[in-house]
Amino acid sequence: MGRATYHKPRPIHPWPLRLMHWVNAFAIVMLIGSGWQIYNASPLFNFTFPETITIGAWLGAGIAWHLAFIWLLMLNGLSYLLWGFLSGHFKQKLWPITPRAVLHDIGAALRFKLPHQSGVYNAVQRVLYLGVIFAGITIVISGLSIWKPVQLWFLTDLCGGFYIARYVHFTAMACIVAFLFIHVVLVLMVPRVLPPMITGGKLPEVQS
Amino acid sequence: MNKLDLGRRKLLSRALALGAITTLPGCDFEDLAHPDLVDRFLRTMLAFNDEMQALLFNPHTLAPTFPASMVTNPPRFNAYYDISMAPMVDPATYQLELGGQIQDKQPWTLAALRGLPQEGQITRFICVEGWRVIGQWSGVPLAYFLHRIGADTTCKYVSFKCADGYYSSIDMASALHPQTILALDFLNVPLTAPFGAPVRLRIPVKLGFKNPKSIMQLAVTNTYPGGYWEDQGYDWFSGS
Repeated sequence: MGRATYHKPRPIHPWPLRLMHWVNAFAIVMLIGSGWQIYNASPLFNFTFPETITIGAWLGAGIAWHLAFIWLLMLNGLSYLLWGFLSGHFKQKLWPITPRAVLHDIGAALRFKLPHQSGVYNAVQRVLYLGVIFAGITIVISGLSIWKPVQLWFLTDLCGGFYIARYVHFTAMACIVAFLFIHVVLVLMVPRVLPPMITGGKLPEVQS
Repeated sequence: MNKLDLGRRKLLSRALALGAITTLPGCDFEDLAHPDLVDRFLRTMLAFNDEMQALLFNPHTLAPTFPASMVTNPPRFNAYYDISMAPMVDPATYQLELGGQIQDKQPWTLAALRGLPQEGQITRFICVEGWRVIGQWSGVPLAYFLHRIGADTTCKYVSFKCADGYYSSIDMASALHPQTILALDFLNVPLTAPFGAPVRLRIPVKLGFKNPKSIMQLAVTNTYPGGYWEDQGYDWFSGS
């Protein structure tokens, strides 16, 4: 953190974040698609997912795809949490969140008056990002509960037992899909935020 | 218009694969004789997952048990055929054949199996499809049986062949788990044909399809025996 005299502009998104973002994007798309195939074998609700949008042609293949990507998701997620805490990213970007700021920014967002400031997360973004981190932790814990209800019984107990754990897992998936939908819609509305997630971008000079 | 729709659908599923080395859906584990790159990737990951599951397996961790009031009777039927097609095995002439690395390969009649120490359990049976039922099974602990017949328990696998042509296999550590039994009874009455009469494996530390029914042959081996579903792409270890 030397405050020396180099003038290299700081990126909006540092490279570890960009790398983890795209690894995560890939892993969760594969996991959601294969998870839908697994869901279809024993649906929790009165619907199944269309075969055209599931990954894996049958249950066995769906499970194989799902198990193939859980490690990538967990390793990447763990790296993200460690990096987020150690680099100060969470503290700088996601904190603090006050109910007042959230209400204010939601109001502004709904009136399309919430400007996008590069490198600064508004209160709505902070809530959504923290929420999806929570959903991510929940989906891993509930997923492990379903996969290993005997060996990892303490996680299964935490989720309210094997039966409930499937609903927890589904709900966390639904939250993540909802997040993805909002996330992608917002990127489509403000497309200039996309390139910095690939190249890193440049942070404007004056920062508090 | 129709053509356009099809094209879009294809595009959508390809977008979902997001750079995966495949054109989804429908090419994974479709042609077992000719595995493609995707099949090999999935097989590699399944093998890795089996290693991880073996590492995670603690022989002293017991599957949870439940009160008798939670037992579902009759249990839920599941097989690759209809319940009416379940094999009928005559209990009077039944013999359990033994093979592989076993000292005493004398076949076992049902009466002889019933003469061995019996143990019961009320455990949860979890299907690979996601549903679960609780049942009460009793029979001969497999660890006891393996020692009794002089099985080489340093071998890697215990394999089973069933009256309906089904077959499966388990790792030795899971075979020796205290809750793994050769079940003869459900709710203290002999098993019925659809639910595995006369002898089935009950192994609560594994998924349902690793609990073969109507077992005719048991073997101990170091050669990977595979299984009916496992050979088609189900995860072999499938531990709970």
